[in-house]
Amino acid sequence: MSETPNFKVTIDNISIEVPAGTTILNAARMIGGEVTPPAMCYYSKLKDSGGKCRTCLVEVSKGSEKDPRPMPKLVASCRTTVMDGMEVKNITSPKVVDARKGIVEFLLLNHPLDCPVCDQAGECDLQNLSYEHGNEATRYEFKRRTFEKEDIGPYISLHMTRCIMCFRCVFAAEQLTEKREHGILERGDHAQISTMLHKALDNEFIGNVIDVCPVGALTDKTFRFKNRVWFTKPVDAHCSCTKCSGKARLWLRGEEVYRVTARKDQWGEVEDWICNDCRFHKKSTKDWVIEGPSKIARSSVIAQGHYEGNVGTAPTPILIDKVIGKQPKMLLDIHSISDVNKPEIHLSKIDGPAHSDDFNSVTKGAKK
Amino acid sequence: MAIKLLLENDHIEGIRYFDTYRKNGGYRAAEKAFKMSPADIVEEVKKSGLRGRGGAGFPTGMKWSFLAKPEGVPRHLVCNADESEPGTFKDRYLMEFHPHLFIEGLLISSFALGSNATYVYIRGEYAWIPEILEQAIIEAKNNGFLGKNILGTGFDCEIYVHRGAGAYICGEETALIESLEGKRGNPRMKPPFPAIQGVWMRPTVVNNVETLAAVVPIINMGGDEYAKIGVGKSTGTKLLSVCGNINKPGVYEIDMTCSVEEFLYSDEYCGGIPKGRKLKACIPGGSSVPIVPANLLLKTAKGETRYMNYESLSDGGFVSGSMMGSGGFIVLDDAQCVVRHTMTLARFYNHESCGQCSPCREGTGWMYKILKNLEYGKGKMSDIDLLWDIQRRIEGNTICPLGDAAAWPVAAAIRHFRDEFEWHVLNPEESQTRNYGLAHYADPIHVPASA
Repeated sequence: MSETPNFKVTIDNISIEVPAGTTILNAARMIGGEVTPPAMCYYSKLKDSGGKCRTCLVEVSKGSEKDPRPMPKLVASCRTTVMDGMEVKNITSPKVVDARKGIVEFLLLNHPLDCPVCDQAGECDLQNLSYEHGNEATRYEFKRRTFEKEDIGPYISLHMTRCIMCFRCVFAAEQLTEKREHGILERGDHAQISTMLHKALDNEFIGNVIDVCPVGALTDKTFRFKNRVWFTKPVDAHCSCTKCSGKARLWLRGEEVYRVTARKDQWGEVEDWICNDCRFHKKSTKDWVIEGPSKIARSSVIAQGHYEGNVGTAPTPILIDKVIGKQPKMLLDIHSISDVNKPEIHLSKIDGPAHSDDFNSVTKGAKK
Repeated sequence: MAIKLLLENDHIEGIRYFDTYRKNGGYRAAEKAFKMSPADIVEEVKKSGLRGRGGAGFPTGMKWSFLAKPEGVPRHLVCNADESEPGTFKDRYLMEFHPHLFIEGLLISSFALGSNATYVYIRGEYAWIPEILEQAIIEAKNNGFLGKNILGTGFDCEIYVHRGAGAYICGEETALIESLEGKRGNPRMKPPFPAIQGVWMRPTVVNNVETLAAVVPIINMGGDEYAKIGVGKSTGTKLLSVCGNINKPGVYEIDMTCSVEEFLYSDEYCGGIPKGRKLKACIPGGSSVPIVPANLLLKTAKGETRYMNYESLSDGGFVSGSMMGSGGFIVLDDAQCVVRHTMTLARFYNHESCGQCSPCREGTGWMYKILKNLEYGKGKMSDIDLLWDIQRRIEGNTICPLGDAAAWPVAAAIRHFRDEFEWHVLNPEESQTRNYGLAHYADPIHVPASA
């Protein structure tokens, strides 16, 4: 291995050593929790992605050990590499919080409020972003921009009006498939994703553009309007596919496979690309070997009580302490007051309806 | 009489042809430069204090010295002739009437930077100029100033003229590079800067037309002599393209020591405002720079005379000053409406946003819609604050400076002309029939006595 020097970087008062060449965003992801800036366009698996949505803007309050001057503007953390001794402010900088509020407002400006009929609802990055970083209302009073609907083939549904121009699908189409049939037309607020010459996309891996899309602009036509994602149960499964890794996630309701997607990690990024065959045609549990329930973030609406192995659990109070320098504000800490609801007990592991006895036995057992 | 360097031979008929240009001392600088080493030329340009004439005013010599010089990798000089800033047309004049001066500047700069293939990215709307330039290139080639083994030095240089397709954004250097490579003209993320990875990932210098033309007099008279012209860090001469409500619109060369008042009212330059009207406001450096009212244009907030140079025009920052920018001097008289003017600019930036990053893509359209409401008497008082908030959140948060360029005019208009905006809100019907007029915008500003 070649020697890459380690750089010390401090993000929101938390220090970490990362290899040189790491971006601020990836360094923050190594720390995890709330200090990680949101990213709508950056995708670690797609080369050249990032820098466009501006939601990951952070303040660099100290450039490096050698040159301690702060950077004059907020920088896109996904495209800025760390320097030794760099100090970054994310949620501790009022400037960043304010700018991010503005960005969310801009992104939502022309985004239709059709979440109730959008297949992406429930697993939409923009929903999460606006919930966490946005304002409660928009100040936009004009007609929203819309696009003519375009048919791009039997498997993928393109709903351009919902697009936030992250360019992820363009990079995915370019980097995963051999032919480029997917690009951008027009410019400014009328720029749109389109396929060249209205060609149907028939590439082997083109279905992955559905997974990389942060909003409901690209959705699975075979799943269209069939179900809400939070009513289906995700399980990890694999098959012996010759074209791709075969590692996928099935979205079940009962025994029925409603949808197949790639597996996503805790940052909402695909772990292994899957081919169109696995995604659109293997719609039966017989085609798959089921490994077990998928890990779904505790905060996600999909995790409505029925899954184990939650990832991305609530940040520990110690972390918040270090960041904001004070105790986290909590209206009522149920766990400390009540001994009944034990967070370590997974409701899914209890046979049948939960009874207070289920908790009693554990409580008593723990005390002994 | 002011010093003229670029337009020195402007009166000579046929100066656009090689023979006439050569007879009047043309390509003398090239001959001189080819006897120098490239490093010495860069040193001369550094000494001259020449600043980029495209708008940002970055020292050219410094930019040149940043150019990476890895072994075996070709380097390129790209000339930014995509002059699309509303109000700016100085490069057009230079290329149309003094193509050989421009080619000579390109040649010397190419030699200094070691660029064997030099590109001129010209604005698509300048449809007739590529022919003029190409003719000049052929003439220069026939006389041994371009092509292989120039003047027996062994240095090869080809100049290619590339036409843009009419996008303002391609005047941004990285978008220009993308467009030159045949891609969609979206600005690149920086770093890496073009000096490290530019055209085809090779080290590249992108300079404005006027900057490169100014290299010719620098070599002719020497960097030190050139630095004596002008004042402070504003050395040399600057071309200004003047338009709007003035008697003599056109391109003028100034030596940066004349005051704004002299420039505006003297017969040598703009010749005053026609029809006996009064000066209301001015944009001194192309549409992107902040607009200033008459009272802040002629005198700074400190009560000092404002001069036509980089420092004096930006005196007081954006609170009470503006910028030299690209030299597009736009004058508004008391019959003009600042709200309408701001709306027009907002429409331009909305139309020209590339759509890559969200603040500019969404924000410019929003600002235009609000300004349209205000202009047509449908605005609300809260709209003015909203506009301020939008521009604040666009500025500095975008990939390229177009976001700033879209935000600054709106910010400056609200900062200095807020009562005109309010008048539009309070008098929706009257505002459709008459303009707010001069109001107090030319009144002297009270300057507190300093200790």
